[in-house]
Amino acid sequence: MPIKLTVNNQSHELDIDPDMPLLWAIRDHLQLTGTKFGCGMALCGACTVHIDGQATRSCVTPVSAVVGKSVTTIEGLGTPSGKAIQDAWVNLDVPQCGYCQSGQIMSASALLAGNAKPTDSDIDSAMAGNICRCATYARIRNAIHEAATALPGAPAGTKG
Amino acid sequence: MYFRHLKDPSSLWPGLSASELTRRQFLKLTTIAGAGLTLGTMLPEGASAAAGAPLATPFVRIDPDNTVTVVSKHVEAGQGVWTGLPAIVADELDASWDQMRVESAPAKVPLYGNFAFDPKGSVQGTGGSTAVANSWMQLRQAGATARAMLVQAAAAQWKVPAGDITVSEGVVAHAASGKKATFGELASRAATLPVPTDVKLKDPSQFKIIGRDKLPRLDSHAKSFGKQQFAIDVMLPGMMTAVVMRPPRFGGKVVSFDATKTKAVPGVVDVVQIPRGVAVIGRDMWAAKKGREALQVTWDESAAETRGTDQIMTEYKQLAGRPEAVTAAKAGDADANLKSAAHTLDAEFEFPYLAHAPMEPLTAVCQLSPGKCEIWAGCQFQTIDQVNAAAASGLKPDQVVINTLAAGGTFGRRANAESDYIAEVASIAKASGGKYPVRLIWTREDDVTGGRYRPMNYHHITAGLSKDGKIVAYKQRVVGQSIMAGTPFAAMMKDGVDPTAVEGHAGEQYDLDNVHVTWSQPKSAVPVLWWRSVGHSHMSFSKEVVIDELAEAAGKDPVAFRLALLEKHPKHAGVLKLAAEKAGWDKPFPKGKGRGRGIAVQESFGTVVAQVAEITVKGDTITVDRVVCAVDCGIAVNPDVIRAQMQSGIGYGLSAALHGKITMTDGHVDQTNFHQYTVLRINEMPRVIEVYTVPSTNPPTGVGEPGLPPIAPAVANAVRAATGIKLRKLPFDLAAARTAKA
Repeated sequence: MPIKLTVNNQSHELDIDPDMPLLWAIRDHLQLTGTKFGCGMALCGACTVHIDGQATRSCVTPVSAVVGKSVTTIEGLGTPSGKAIQDAWVNLDVPQCGYCQSGQIMSASALLAGNAKPTDSDIDSAMAGNICRCATYARIRNAIHEAATALPGAPAGTKG
Repeated sequence: MYFRHLKDPSSLWPGLSASELTRRQFLKLTTIAGAGLTLGTMLPEGASAAAGAPLATPFVRIDPDNTVTVVSKHVEAGQGVWTGLPAIVADELDASWDQMRVESAPAKVPLYGNFAFDPKGSVQGTGGSTAVANSWMQLRQAGATARAMLVQAAAAQWKVPAGDITVSEGVVAHAASGKKATFGELASRAATLPVPTDVKLKDPSQFKIIGRDKLPRLDSHAKSFGKQQFAIDVMLPGMMTAVVMRPPRFGGKVVSFDATKTKAVPGVVDVVQIPRGVAVIGRDMWAAKKGREALQVTWDESAAETRGTDQIMTEYKQLAGRPEAVTAAKAGDADANLKSAAHTLDAEFEFPYLAHAPMEPLTAVCQLSPGKCEIWAGCQFQTIDQVNAAAASGLKPDQVVINTLAAGGTFGRRANAESDYIAEVASIAKASGGKYPVRLIWTREDDVTGGRYRPMNYHHITAGLSKDGKIVAYKQRVVGQSIMAGTPFAAMMKDGVDPTAVEGHAGEQYDLDNVHVTWSQPKSAVPVLWWRSVGHSHMSFSKEVVIDELAEAAGKDPVAFRLALLEKHPKHAGVLKLAAEKAGWDKPFPKGKGRGRGIAVQESFGTVVAQVAEITVKGDTITVDRVVCAVDCGIAVNPDVIRAQMQSGIGYGLSAALHGKITMTDGHVDQTNFHQYTVLRINEMPRVIEVYTVPSTNPPTGVGEPGLPPIAPAVANAVRAATGIKLRKLPFDLAAARTAKA
């Protein structure tokens, strides 16, 4: 029985084990490699995607659980908050090795979509699930603030 | 430095200074390339240019589309070489930053050898924070050479004197005639010209791109849009995925295995034995992983490590009390002066094994075809990886093609003499008959339990002060496994001392008259490796904590006490002063509420870094509020990358100080994933990190590692200032240290 997945607004039918984590389905079967494998236990956040807009760890989410839902990966991130986050990431040169950054960006854009003006504490809470061994954390924090300022609807006088 | 322990490489090649050597080697190699022996695109003198041919030298290629591609012999693992190396070329070339590109060099020595490793460039590799330092002259020459050829081409085309031509922002121009051309327009013609050997380099005052404060990284966009390709992202037609079952204890070997249940897992394609374990090959990662879970292996553990880390530490302490040791440094008579000292200090330090845990678990792809083995990986030791892949696949090194991809972090992990994960994938490809390309993925559990750790260490330091508060004796016994012994790098050990085990000791870093540093080398089957900043990661800690305690015992300010010991170390003194000044060290730090301030300084890999840490202790939790960091790394090639690397070193070092430990019970590693091998997360990153660079006209030195060594001792010194508690065991355990004190 093929599994029906909707990823980045495209429908796919895959003949795979329903228990297969979404991570391996999108990487190995859809060749969408922007989403990364880091731990396999939802401990590091490298595999973060959006499921119906919610930041979700794809490494522990079986494909059977996302049938009928909308999956967005870094390749399909086109929301205003996503774009603002990516622009800020480039502008502040956040990435070092870059491996964790897809996951960081998916978590950060989900944060910003639900909280237009996050404080440092909000950022710590929302981003503590995403590990960066290069410790780009200081720039991640700054980039989220910069993106929040750049978004339409940011309080007047704060646009950078 | 991983193994830049040849203090004066030129001594091996009399009559040449290191910089001259690099320069001459470079010219010779450039000329070879010009004859078409390497990249093959440089036309011999007098030949006509093929339309659309690029101007290609070993280190820079200018294409007709007006892009300038720098060929990087170093792996980009986050440390910024894909930006730093192009910046060096771009400046001498007077290119526009927008036209710069970068690609990885193939494996080839000595052309792409690391001249900081050894003067013959016999190994191609990245490590020891050498990338910019050993590319500096080479790439300036490459940029200036290409620039001269573009100018010559323009002069010939426009029939004007070359001396009247200017180059700026990627445009070649002749003011009098109003003629202009892009690099791309001139590239094919320039490629027909002989390679000049007498180009003039810029005076550093003329640099425009080197030192530019905000030079965008060339890899930021790809890494922010999920487009950067890592080894784990390589997708070849028909490729299979493999995972390996390795011995449960270090030193174990396969006796036999039963793959019946594994082969029944849908998607499993094959199960093969390789020298390091049993590989399960599947059509995707899920199948391979499920297949491995069903695999039954019988192990021979007769030579395996069966001790726990508690027992190992006990044995280290016993070994420290015995005479078996080699002398790493000796000056004056520390023993006699210790006996007559007015005040003595006796301190023991314990350091755990540490895993590197880069975010990309080790991954490599191998494709075998008759007489050829092709590897894709984030290779850190390209030519060593080539030799090991050749041995594993039964081919000759020149039949192995190395494709170096961006590495998802390494911190030293990918630089090992056995090329473990690369040899494994080549073994799997061979054992499966080369029927399909194979991608080997280590799971996080494989990574955390897989060894090649920063060695466990025990340090015992005894030091003496005179009545007037001067250090009259400093003795240190270091007990820790050798990284080099038993590998080809053992040739770099001198008088039985592995320099990576004791580097950065007090005798090196301070003016001390009576020093004796000894090292005992315990044996274990636990494989150890260089971990970001290597010996400095532990040596700086015990030294800077002891110096701080001695300052307190002498009734001196920690900065003033250090400065008095740094008269012969002006670089250290300058950095220390800058950090203290920027931190406001001369102003009293508010006491109470658990707040404290500490400082530390360390030279590693030719770069000196000092850090002031301001902390708050609440209950048993240490919060680092602010870090002020000063660095002297010679000419600042890319100030923003320097800032990023200092932030990174601080974060990685803090991760180890607050959390990092690998322990074993009966030889089994206790930690398997990030829930047990805990690491620094964003909520623990200091809210304020300030980085200041000492202005310098000296050639650049590295920044990938030197940001790390001072942070842990600076924090420990701050905790002592706040609470009186002496943290001498890593990672910090405030509750245990408090109990020990009470």
